[in-house]
Amino acid sequence: MSTIFERTDGLTDKQFHYCPGCTHGVIHRLVGEVLVELGVLGKAVGVAPVGCSVLAYDYFNCDMHEAAHGRAPAVATGIKRVLPDNVVFTYQGDGDLASIGTAEIIHAAHRGEKFTTIFVNNAIYGMTGGQMAPTTLIGQKATTAPYGRDAATTGMPLRMSEMLATIDGAVFVERVTVHNVAGIRKAKKAIKKAFEVQIAGLGFGIVEILSTCPTNWGITPVESLKWLEENMLPYYPLGNFRTPEEGK
Amino acid sequence: MAKVLMKGNEAIGAAAIKAGCKFFFGYPITPQNELPEFMSRELPKIDGVFVQAESEVAAINMIYGAAGAGARTMTSSSSPGMALKQEGISYIAGAELPCVIVNISRGGPGLGGIQPSQADYFQSTRGGGNGDYRHLVYAPSTLQEAVDLTIEAFDIADYYRNPVIVLGDGMIGQMMEPVEFNEPKKRDLPAKDWATTGTEDKRRPNIINSLALDPAELEKHNIKLDNKYKAMEENEVRYEMYKTEGAELIFVAYGTTARIVKNAVDALEAEGIKAGLIRPITLWPFPNKAFNEIPTAKALVSVEMSMGQMIDDVKIANNGKLPVHFYGRTGGMIPTPEAIVEKAKEILGGGK
Ligand SMILES: Cc1ncc(C[n+]2csc(CCOP(=O)(O)OP(=O)(O)O)c2C)c(N)n1
Ligand code: SF4
Repeated sequence: MSTIFERTDGLTDKQFHYCPGCTHGVIHRLVGEVLVELGVLGKAVGVAPVGCSVLAYDYFNCDMHEAAHGRAPAVATGIKRVLPDNVVFTYQGDGDLASIGTAEIIHAAHRGEKFTTIFVNNAIYGMTGGQMAPTTLIGQKATTAPYGRDAATTGMPLRMSEMLATIDGAVFVERVTVHNVAGIRKAKKAIKKAFEVQIAGLGFGIVEILSTCPTNWGITPVESLKWLEENMLPYYPLGNFRTPEEGK
Repeated sequence: MAKVLMKGNEAIGAAAIKAGCKFFFGYPITPQNELPEFMSRELPKIDGVFVQAESEVAAINMIYGAAGAGARTMTSSSSPGMALKQEGISYIAGAELPCVIVNISRGGPGLGGIQPSQADYFQSTRGGGNGDYRHLVYAPSTLQEAVDLTIEAFDIADYYRNPVIVLGDGMIGQMMEPVEFNEPKKRDLPAKDWATTGTEDKRRPNIINSLALDPAELEKHNIKLDNKYKAMEENEVRYEMYKTEGAELIFVAYGTTARIVKNAVDALEAEGIKAGLIRPITLWPFPNKAFNEIPTAKALVSVEMSMGQMIDDVKIANNGKLPVHFYGRTGGMIPTPEAIVEKAKEILGGGK
């Protein structure tokens, strides 16, 4: 009998606590697979700050470091400066990275810290129960935007990848999605490339991954995949914003 | 080793390097700037790392990461910056990591001033961060003591897996004195087998963490931490008794203020008035037992460069036995020996 699908060694046996239909799980798996395929699981140190993925330290099968809300890039800076030969990554939500942790992510990029950020953008605060995030779309309802997000009082959703791509130290910046199979394949490629950039010592890399939160979007898992495609993709265009020049 | 004349901030930096600290993360603020500047100059020479963080919040979280990765690491700041570091200090204490944090404190509240002050006593000893945690606070009174305590702080931090604060007022940071760099007393330090250095596919993953969602688990963790704090109270209390034998009036003062009080004690002695000084060297744990060693005392007076913060601990240690008085200058104003002598006479004169 041939095996066609199996667990990745990049993840532990622990069962995810994520809601049904949440794509955090898919993203975990992609990161785990990439660490194994690049042969760096034993050198990996992950940083998981507050958010639905705060328990990621139980899931990734490598050394893990918890961080306060938004501070993962600072914690990762400390780790990577002590262990320059290790492979360090942060796994952050959009409330975490695009709100409370903007200073930390911008300056990690600005210094060109040699770690990789996995940025999960689900346009909402998941863990605390669906409050508005800086990435929440105009008109999208959130528990702190019960009438839908209003640009006049809350501004326009932040496009972090575009912003970070203006920083020289951020040598790899790509936005991907995991709402369909083609997207998942591309997402994995981008994650792999981001880690390769780190391993080559070229600078800071970030992959923004559009992700679902059926629970706080208040729709079913299947509807949420469609909602992501129809609402998030037009505002958050997929693609690469920065990549190191070949041969560099 | 020969003595060298150094500025306090630089001497503390040199002490950290002597203790094996190769990773420094900080953010500029007066009156501690010479410390990060010194580290930015010296650490690259020994293959160390200096990072000027984007904020004190980031600096302390870099410390959290570096300490988790097993390094001896230090940050320094001054009062408003220390306020920002409290989040990280709470996490570091919760996750049980060692590090050394220097506060060259200035007047407050708010932006306050940049002159020496001891108004961060509460912040330092009560924990400005959230949760049930404690950390040692060393309050050096001379530069030599600042050097010795900084070197030792790294061992203490490693031994207990806990942050240690070195609290100097602006005077300690700015003045110059001759110092020498001595080896600390040898301690058996536990291996850092908990550090997140990568599994190398040889062991189970290490996790650095302060989260415990299950209340029973968190209570267990809190009790474990508390046992550690109790061991510190048992073993790490330090204080100096200055001319307390036979003294009727006992001053309590730390840091620079203690130096001034010593002058006042000497001046009172010359006038035939018996006064002495309890000088806490650790502010937490507070030297409660020193207050059992002053049988002739009739009154206590806490002298501080603040409106009265340590006095709360003096009252707890005194436990209602003696009247407790206060004398303080604040905002960057320095108490004079003459004013302290006056206060002593007023108290002993039975004015109150
Ligand atoms: C200092 C601080 N403020 C607020 C919180 C509460 N909090 C926990 S997670 C979170 C938001 C998480 O949202 P996001 O980063 O988008 O991740 P998600 O849960 O959606 O995956 C907030 C506000 C906290 N833990 N710490
Ligand atoms: S709340 Fe949202 S982001 Fe969090 S696990 Fe559930 S679906 Fe996922």
